Amino acid sequence: MSYLIGEKLTGGYGGPDIIRECTVSVDQGEIVVVVGPNGAGKSTAMKALLGMLDLREGRVLLDGQDISALSPQQRVAKGMAFVPQNQNVFVTMTVEENLEMGAYLRRDDITETMEQVFELFPALKTKRTQIAAELSGGQRQQVAVGRALMTKPTVLMLDEPTAGVSPIVMDELFDRIIEIKRTGIAILMVEQNARQALNIADRGFVLVTGENRFTDTGEALLANEEVRKSFLGG
Amino acid sequence: MEYTTDLLNALVLISNYVLIPAISYGSQLALGAVGVTLVFGILRFANFAHGEMMAFGCMATIFITWWFQSMGISSGVFPTALLALPFAILITALLAVAIDRSIFSFYRIHKSRPVTFVVASVGVMFMLNGLVRILIGTNEIIFRDGQKFLIKAGVFKKMTGLSEGLALKQTQVLTFVLAVIAVLALFWFLQRTRTGKAMRAFSDNEDLALLSGINPERVVLVTWIIAASLATLAGVLYGLDKSFKPMVYFHLLLPIFAAAIVGGIGHPLGAILGGYIVAFSEITATYAFKKFIKYLAPGDFVPDGLAQLLTTEYKFAVSFFILVLVLLVRPTGILRGRVL
Repeated sequence: MSYLIGEKLTGGYGGPDIIRECTVSVDQGEIVVVVGPNGAGKSTAMKALLGMLDLREGRVLLDGQDISALSPQQRVAKGMAFVPQNQNVFVTMTVEENLEMGAYLRRDDITETMEQVFELFPALKTKRTQIAAELSGGQRQQVAVGRALMTKPTVLMLDEPTAGVSPIVMDELFDRIIEIKRTGIAILMVEQNARQALNIADRGFVLVTGENRFTDTGEALLANEEVRKSFLGG
Repeated sequence: MEYTTDLLNALVLISNYVLIPAISYGSQLALGAVGVTLVFGILRFANFAHGEMMAFGCMATIFITWWFQSMGISSGVFPTALLALPFAILITALLAVAIDRSIFSFYRIHKSRPVTFVVASVGVMFMLNGLVRILIGTNEIIFRDGQKFLIKAGVFKKMTGLSEGLALKQTQVLTFVLAVIAVLALFWFLQRTRTGKAMRAFSDNEDLALLSGINPERVVLVTWIIAASLATLAGVLYGLDKSFKPMVYFHLLLPIFAAAIVGGIGHPLGAILGGYIVAFSEITATYAFKKFIKYLAPGDFVPDGLAQLLTTEYKFAVSFFILVLVLLVRPTGILRGRVL
């Protein structure tokens, strides 16, 4: 059984159901990518895992424990970290303060974790006293990921981390995500850049109109004729 | 030589009637505006009850001052109100938290729109306004004791031999010193402490703050305590400097809001800047420059009129004018706060 499982999730934002019986899972030390066309409910599925929408059916299991009743904050405290797609940094605060806020729930010494983040993203170390609004798009994404890592999470969820960054920055960010995976963290990612994301993914879920269409290893999905044609542009 | 004397006289004149009063009035407005801006930054609504919170805080101070005086407690050359201030701050903070728990928290739970909060705060304003009048009455109260002047106009004239006098009231110096201390303490709190940073984070990006595990109710609680403390301090300093009249605090709401918006709402530094801008504009626009021009103009030139832009009755027009100008030209304010 996987470390984090969203089982047969059905729900939306109060209106019609956006995801239907959608199942997503991720294990520790694994990168799982959720891809699909626009409006497929990819981000919604991820928000459902975090408890940000009302589920009508289904449940979320973390390490075998049913966490469906917990609030997003409680899930964060349980080790789930989330990097939203937009507005994912505190723009008026410095890089260092952003990281401190990420570790808000922790009462122990955070300097070691902060050093680890700076090792992962050396550019941030030199800009630690600069406010986030002054950083480039790619560096902001680094701050956003770094902020999420400050809780020492067991699961890292990223909502389109490469949206709006250049291909070079995207490759760089994916390299870092692989490095994070090697530390044993479970990584779940929603991506528009499906081909590149599946390249680094251990497994992938293809969602269409809120339902699971394909589930396989990243490699197999890339090789699948139908997936290639419909979702990867040939 | 005669021209130098004229120049000095003009300087003393402008210091006495514009510079010093504007600095102390500006400090009072700044303290009020910082409170408004903090509540706006965290709770995301313009709190119309802030002026009445100042009145309530000042009233509490007066009652405690009277009680101290009846027991024979005083602080020598300083006003007894300074001793009463910490207790009044405690009472006003409790009131602010009670109001939040009983009124504003209801709208937070229901995720009401900001305009609903604003209207609720207008209700709170009327309620507090009534409460203050019931408790202390509507009369003007002077509760200043201790030494009134640090420099008296007559003494200054004798000392310098100038024909213009310079008076410096103790309350003016107290206002400035206490405002500086309060503001420094606030900035230290916001920049250096865990809770202060959490408040800034919450103001910056509420969703991300929640995702980081910041407890919104705690942030709101601390915000009300700080806003009530600043309101009490501002209210007492204003009351000491002039006098306590419940209605005055209602009128002060306009220049305070103007100050917060001019500086950039949600921006504490901007609120301070705005406070001084509004105060200087108000006092400069309503000051009669006749004598000042007489000193500076060559020969025996004397302006026909008072050389006064507006009579003091119209001083609120200045705040209004600044407010409209800023909203038209730069709605985010000088330091680029939020747009209302």
